[in-house]
Amino acid sequence: MSGLPPYASPVQRSWYYGFRIICALIFFFLIFPIIVIIPLSFNSLPFFTFTKEMLAFDPAGYSLKNYEDFFTNSDWNNAVYNSFRIAPVATLLATGFGTLAAIGLSQSHVPFRGTIMAILISPMIVPLIISAAGMYFFYSRIGLQGTYWGVVLSHAALGTPFVIITVTATLVSFDKSLTRAAANLGADPVRTFFKVQMPLIMPGVVSGALFAFITSFDEVVVVLFVGSSGQKTLPWQMFTGLREQISPTILSVATLMVAFSIVLLTTLELLRRRSERLRGLSPG
Amino acid sequence: MTDIAASETGTTSEVLTTRDGVPLKRSLARALRREKMRALMLIAPLLLFILLAFVAPIADMLFRSVENNIVQNTLPNTVVALRDWNPNSGEIPGEPVFEALAGDLKIAVSQKTHTRLGSRLNYEQPGIASMFRKSGRKVKNLEEPPYREQFIEIHEGWGTVENWATIKQFSSKYTDGYFLSAIDRERTEQGIAEKPEKEQIYLFLFGRTFFLSVTITISCILLGYPIAFLLANLPLRSSNLLMIMVLLPFWTSLLVRTSAWKVLLQQQGVINDFLVWTGLVTDAGRLVMINNQTGTIIAMTHILLPFMILPLYSVMKTISPTYVRAAKSLGANDWTAFWKVYFPNTIPGIGAGSILCFILSIGFYITPELVGGTSGIFISNRIAYHISSSLNWGLGAALGVILLAIVMLFYWMYDKIVGIDNVKLG
Amino acid sequence: MKLKTLMLSVAVGALATSAAVAEDMTIVSWGGAYSASQDAAYHQPYMANNAGVNIINDESAAEAIAKLRAMKEAGNVTWDVVDAVAADALRACDEGLAIELDADTQLAPAPDGTPASEDFGDLLVSPCFIPQIVYSTTFGYRTDKVGATPPDDICDVFDLAAYPGKRALEKRPINNVEWALLCDGVAKEDVYKVLGTPEGVDQALAKLGTIKDSVVWWASGSETPQLLADGEVVIGSTYNGRLFALIEEQKQPVGMLWDAQVFDLDGWIIPTGLSPEREARALDYVKFATGTQQLADQAKYISYGPARASSAPLVGKHATLGIEMAPHMPTDPNNAKNTFLYNYEFWADNRDDIDAKFQAWLAK
Repeated sequence: MSGLPPYASPVQRSWYYGFRIICALIFFFLIFPIIVIIPLSFNSLPFFTFTKEMLAFDPAGYSLKNYEDFFTNSDWNNAVYNSFRIAPVATLLATGFGTLAAIGLSQSHVPFRGTIMAILISPMIVPLIISAAGMYFFYSRIGLQGTYWGVVLSHAALGTPFVIITVTATLVSFDKSLTRAAANLGADPVRTFFKVQMPLIMPGVVSGALFAFITSFDEVVVVLFVGSSGQKTLPWQMFTGLREQISPTILSVATLMVAFSIVLLTTLELLRRRSERLRGLSPG
Repeated sequence: MTDIAASETGTTSEVLTTRDGVPLKRSLARALRREKMRALMLIAPLLLFILLAFVAPIADMLFRSVENNIVQNTLPNTVVALRDWNPNSGEIPGEPVFEALAGDLKIAVSQKTHTRLGSRLNYEQPGIASMFRKSGRKVKNLEEPPYREQFIEIHEGWGTVENWATIKQFSSKYTDGYFLSAIDRERTEQGIAEKPEKEQIYLFLFGRTFFLSVTITISCILLGYPIAFLLANLPLRSSNLLMIMVLLPFWTSLLVRTSAWKVLLQQQGVINDFLVWTGLVTDAGRLVMINNQTGTIIAMTHILLPFMILPLYSVMKTISPTYVRAAKSLGANDWTAFWKVYFPNTIPGIGAGSILCFILSIGFYITPELVGGTSGIFISNRIAYHISSSLNWGLGAALGVILLAIVMLFYWMYDKIVGIDNVKLG
Repeated sequence: MKLKTLMLSVAVGALATSAAVAEDMTIVSWGGAYSASQDAAYHQPYMANNAGVNIINDESAAEAIAKLRAMKEAGNVTWDVVDAVAADALRACDEGLAIELDADTQLAPAPDGTPASEDFGDLLVSPCFIPQIVYSTTFGYRTDKVGATPPDDICDVFDLAAYPGKRALEKRPINNVEWALLCDGVAKEDVYKVLGTPEGVDQALAKLGTIKDSVVWWASGSETPQLLADGEVVIGSTYNGRLFALIEEQKQPVGMLWDAQVFDLDGWIIPTGLSPEREARALDYVKFATGTQQLADQAKYISYGPARASSAPLVGKHATLGIEMAPHMPTDPNNAKNTFLYNYEFWADNRDDIDAKFQAWLAK
């Protein structure tokens, strides 16, 4: 793939370029829908398509009106507030429980490891509508339906598999002799954990936390059922907006959320590099 | 540590002891037990949490799909009295049953539970709801027995065998009725039979969910394979850059991507505008790409594509380029080298990605709801409908249990083929 | 089982949040322009009279019955008053989710002393339901796309030759099957008798089948106005108030087809399971909000007809547009020449059954 040899036949040559064009088209398919909403969110008219003024780069065709609406509309403000009230707490719970469990699971002798792992990962696999339905029924029996804690707990449950997977992944490559060395040098298990193990698995924990955060921050099905209007989150408001009246404000929200995911993605990438460097896997 | 112990006890015959005189075997066993305990203690909080917050709700749903004690609780004496009545006799029950009914109904009306029972039985036999509602209003005016004629006077429904048969049939504590409805079946005098064709919908919807999920999975393979191949064979620097184009959609909110497709695909949307502008379609002939299966397939393929690319990529990354080179040096042309040597090596990746895409796709709710119209909706949308609109929670739960069973089957397959431990993210 | 109960009670004890602050009153409604009209006509005046009460708006009316049921199971009812369409109110009443009340003793009489039961008349369709407005589901059409003779008959919706183009219909059988039968030669008074038979449902679906390929199905009342404004459909059904806003406020080229409009009711229910104080306060609010003047006031903000006979003469001009509202009411004699009454009993009994058939028909 890396470069075309000079002796390539015309068929090989055309295939080489043909393949790259196909790949370019698929990349276009992947990225275009996300890119296209950014200019559209600055449309000065309430349309979802490019107006003539926009295509002519006429400043009159662009405005910040959709953003203004987002920042001043109380529905959207409340939704943002609720999202940021729910996601961090759910993340904290998921990360705390998840990290402990991942450390437990990575010990060499864990009875029923397979079963336990299957149960702990299941929130990621079970279709959201089923989780939502089950939680709706059950949480209403125990008085959690429509409460803040009901939503937080359900989101924490949905986020834990990601923490387990990412932390387990860092623990798999974790060199056990390091803890033994620490123990040999006289450190007690608690000290060993915080001074040796923790710094090394930290990137895994943080990226797990990011996954848990984005799970809660993006989640709409469960909150739709388990929550009530006091827990209306950003995705919920977007869902209502899309289903009822597709107001152009949604595009500005979408753009901001794309920016937000770029920040998250960058953080994650930096963490991955740090983790690799710490473990000496890559020179960078 | 334990490995050493095993080999040592195997080679020496005399009992080894630790420094304080405990046999090494026992000491090691104790250490092992302690280690197990410690591991379990670390796992316990999360396990408990997941069991309570996640597994219990699912178990509750399972329970709801068969639970049916409302008839027994509301009409306890009538249910007992009905035991001797045979629906196949073609005659309505006798006076003792009506006497029991009068007593039960009076209590039910004072507790206002009769209408709830009516709406439950109405799922099985349309019209029963109003029978109970009307009878509830007039039951206090009942005169001295016999009650039979008086009840039929209040509502003619009490005089039909079908209504009584329904009450009798659903008088047990548990029912398979919801599951039968969920597979378009019903219980008739001749046993379990198909519902009339015009009322059959669930098997059809399951079928369509399955078909659309397979289509989406195949589209993901077709689009994901070249990308994963390219990424795996490019130098690290450029592949890392291109990887961002895969990861950005992966990290972007599902709703953002769905709204983007709504914007792109609608008739007055960007794609149609572009096509009209280029003259490929006329203004009147704008393509219908949303609110149907096309919309669902396009949007969901886009959403699930990263889940195909990432596992494929990680498998392809491990395939040594020497295989293909060896094949070529042995005289294979490019195609044969790819098809006979490279491709078979990527099958585990295709398997992992496909099952992942399929599992995720089969339970989708939001995207079909927003871009699926009527022909592009999934079984999940129907489950949501029964929970929040029709209030037939039992049926919603039964449909959910069936969907869950299907997903679990694939989850189990995934575990066998890939192993849950090997799930990778990002 | 015991263990489960124990665990549950622990979970509840640890996590359940306490009930809302005593003075808050949560009123559930539909949101948008409708909630705004209620806020102006009912909530603000009520709070002005009752300084201790703070009304909180909750916009969950669309899934109100499901959520009420969940709350009742949980034994934690957080809503005080709920706005519901009559069919939902009937359902809530059947399920024991709403309290029954007596119109004459618990609602205000008309200014001339007519008891409430007479003032509301037939509209008191359920003992749990206090009607607020009469609205209708009817059709709007693009005046610029229907040629020289705009549609004036409900059956024009089914006439693809005379009025080609897409139609918007609601994604449920209610109203659609009735219209289909009316246009398939069934007399108005026989519609529900025919619908009560399996053949009647088939007949209605067959009639709808003649336009099925040209229909965009909507789930929310705001979709049709949007589709009409975008030109995605030529004619579409929705609530008359939405069309009023589209025509009079947004000045879109859309006309109203009032023929065979289906009257429906929207009003209040009060959940069961409230504490006596909260229930008393909810009743007090409902008594105030369904008074003759208040109902007439709401019509200043939205074009729905007040449910009381005594309110009709008091309906004035639109609060901001300054146009007379009476001619835009579905109950106005000019608009109500040919109306259709929604049969609540029938739909309460047959909704699930016909809906299953309708959805099966729709999916195939």
